[in-house]
Amino acid sequence: MAATHTLRAKHRRSALRTLAFLSPWLIGFAVFFAYPMISTVYFSFMHYDGFRAPTWSGTKNWTYVFEHYPFFWPALRNTLWLVVIMVTLRVLFGLGIGMLITKIKTGTGVFRTLFYLPYLAPPVAATMAFAFLLNPGTGPVDSFLEQAGIPAPGWFNDPDWSKPALTLMFLWGVGDLMVIFMAALLDVPREQYEAAELDGASAWQRFRYVTLPTISPIIMFAVVTGVIAAMQCYTQPLVAGKVASGVIQGAGTMFEPGYPEHSTLTLPQLVYNLGFQRFDYGSACVVALVLFALSMAFTALLMRRRGGLVQAGD
Amino acid sequence: MPARIPEVVRKAAFALTASTALLLSTTACTGQSEPQAGDDASKEQTITFWHAWSAPNEVKAVKSLVAGFEKAHPAIHVNVVGNMTDDKINQALRAGGSKAPDVISSFTTNNVGRFCSSGALVDLDPFFEKAHIDPAATFPKAMNEYTQYDGDRCAAPLLGDAYGLYYNKTAFAKAGVKSPPKTWSEFAADARKLTIARGDTYEQLGFMPNYHGWETTTEHYMGQFSPTWFSSAGKSTIAADPAVADAFTLQKKLVDDLGGFRKLERFRAGLGDEWGPKHPFQTGQVAMQLDGEWRLGMATEAEPGFEIGVAPLPVPDDRVDEYGKGYITGTIAGIAATSKKQNAAWELLKYMTTDTAAVVAFSNAIHNVPSTLAALKSPDLTYDPRFKTFLDIAADPNSTTSPASVNGGVYLTTIQQLGYDYESGKVTDLKAGLKKAAAQIDTDIAQAK
Repeated sequence: MAATHTLRAKHRRSALRTLAFLSPWLIGFAVFFAYPMISTVYFSFMHYDGFRAPTWSGTKNWTYVFEHYPFFWPALRNTLWLVVIMVTLRVLFGLGIGMLITKIKTGTGVFRTLFYLPYLAPPVAATMAFAFLLNPGTGPVDSFLEQAGIPAPGWFNDPDWSKPALTLMFLWGVGDLMVIFMAALLDVPREQYEAAELDGASAWQRFRYVTLPTISPIIMFAVVTGVIAAMQCYTQPLVAGKVASGVIQGAGTMFEPGYPEHSTLTLPQLVYNLGFQRFDYGSACVVALVLFALSMAFTALLMRRRGGLVQAGD
Repeated sequence: MPARIPEVVRKAAFALTASTALLLSTTACTGQSEPQAGDDASKEQTITFWHAWSAPNEVKAVKSLVAGFEKAHPAIHVNVVGNMTDDKINQALRAGGSKAPDVISSFTTNNVGRFCSSGALVDLDPFFEKAHIDPAATFPKAMNEYTQYDGDRCAAPLLGDAYGLYYNKTAFAKAGVKSPPKTWSEFAADARKLTIARGDTYEQLGFMPNYHGWETTTEHYMGQFSPTWFSSAGKSTIAADPAVADAFTLQKKLVDDLGGFRKLERFRAGLGDEWGPKHPFQTGQVAMQLDGEWRLGMATEAEPGFEIGVAPLPVPDDRVDEYGKGYITGTIAGIAATSKKQNAAWELLKYMTTDTAAVVAFSNAIHNVPSTLAALKSPDLTYDPRFKTFLDIAADPNSTTSPASVNGGVYLTTIQQLGYDYESGKVTDLKAGLKKAAAQIDTDIAQAK
């Protein structure tokens, strides 16, 4: 009996010690995840403007966002476009630049610095610089294209070109991925390349069967973080749209999301628009939950695909 | 040895953590408080006043206005915070707290409906009654209208804005145009005469009709057509009122006549910004400009190298007798419901918005239209003779404004969006577009109630 009691006390002490060590995380989880998560779900079913007490509205906010809010579907399409096209191009471009620099014999430091520097530019400044460069009326890019006899696009002023223009800007700031890929590429064991060469593998085969399997966890990291960043994309499209539209945001200026023709509108912009400009917190929570669900879905999908990309033991 | 976490749990945990990062970035905390008005305004205290002015001369004028108040009310000190956007003001009114403003002023009347219906700003009627001031007899009609919603007067006008037509007299003379146009037909003809092409672009554009031409918003055009906006039941009337369709049609014709949407947009993209020295009217790139009274001071200071003319905006051809009217809006001021010093706040608000000498001095310094009937007639009002045009527009009984709505300016954004789609050719059936926009406005209002 006494032995059982001692054992129970030991287990209890052990459990308490474990909880004590876990408590920083548990508190953080409760405050920064559980509470906001439950609140978001709760407010998505409430009519709440931030001033008056919230009242139950059932599925009204959900119906409003999906059926009546004119910006939701364009924003969803734009966000998905950025997730699929921009992330893919960023990963390919980052990998390409990384590979190129690892092959260079001299001046590697200079090239590394040159490619990394744009990543350090503040997002607003970078966007304004690109809006200036790509201005269809006075920008040097279009002037050059016109002089070369190439039809100059409207870039941020043209709904067909605004997302490609944004993508160009994100490719310009690909320095973070380049550094990560360079580190991964330099980590690939040289002897594997030598063995492949002895077996008569071509450059493509060496890349496909040696490089790619080794760096696949890094590619997965780049894709997952890229997808999350693309879904949070807010500042650059907003600034680009504002600058290109000519509207200087200030008191008295009406908010005009997504210029031109909703083409730079993203879901995080809608959360801000609904929550902090229209003060319709319920609908803002609905859009936030859609973003959450999308993020879960993409991450889960990528984790399923991870098996095909990442080698056993990674 | 600790057991390995099952693969499925690890994957789920990773996906959950990654998604949480996204969700947390979009979640907000909220707060609210009840209005209180039991404070003693005669006690020594400091109140906070937030405003949106930012230009050095404007900031100086606000300081001077507040200094006049502090001199008249030595017990009340005012902490002035400038350059505040409506977003910041909205959030501060929602959150409250010791650093939140007691008195706010906003450049837009669009938010009055929301401020009133949500209780963010206190109803000023009891304060006006206590002070024996009749707002209807104190403020011009349009300004009296746009500072209340559904019987709740939660704001008072603090200077006003009247929209008119600026024109380049030198360019007019060169083009043989003798006087500013009075009707839209004359305006369209003059705009064509004043347009000088240069290759695929313009040496000089008669007028920038596109809705992204800053002040050329849908409601500013429509002000000249006197639309009804809402029925007595609160439903949108934009699809039923021919004035709205007329305004859209006129603007679209101007766009098509002056070169088409794409060409105009391309030209517009290369123009200087609205608040900078390279404003296209000031540089002579456009010969006529729809703008507020503040442009006169800005354009004069820019020393544009041509003579600036000012006139009321044209009216529809069948409303010539209403020539002289314009669209009216302005800055509004109110008392935060979260303020614990509402009586002291009222003293500041009363001084700024109803003291004739203070309003006149502020108007002289800011170059905005005075917001009281007494100040509009004051002999102390000093102004450029051309400014009289805007004083007359403000006093014109046919001048219009856009009414307050429960969700602020959302209905104006919806109309503006239709404008973008119509001018660009994305929407070709105007009647159907107006019906759809009206339905959207009604849905948005129902959602906000």
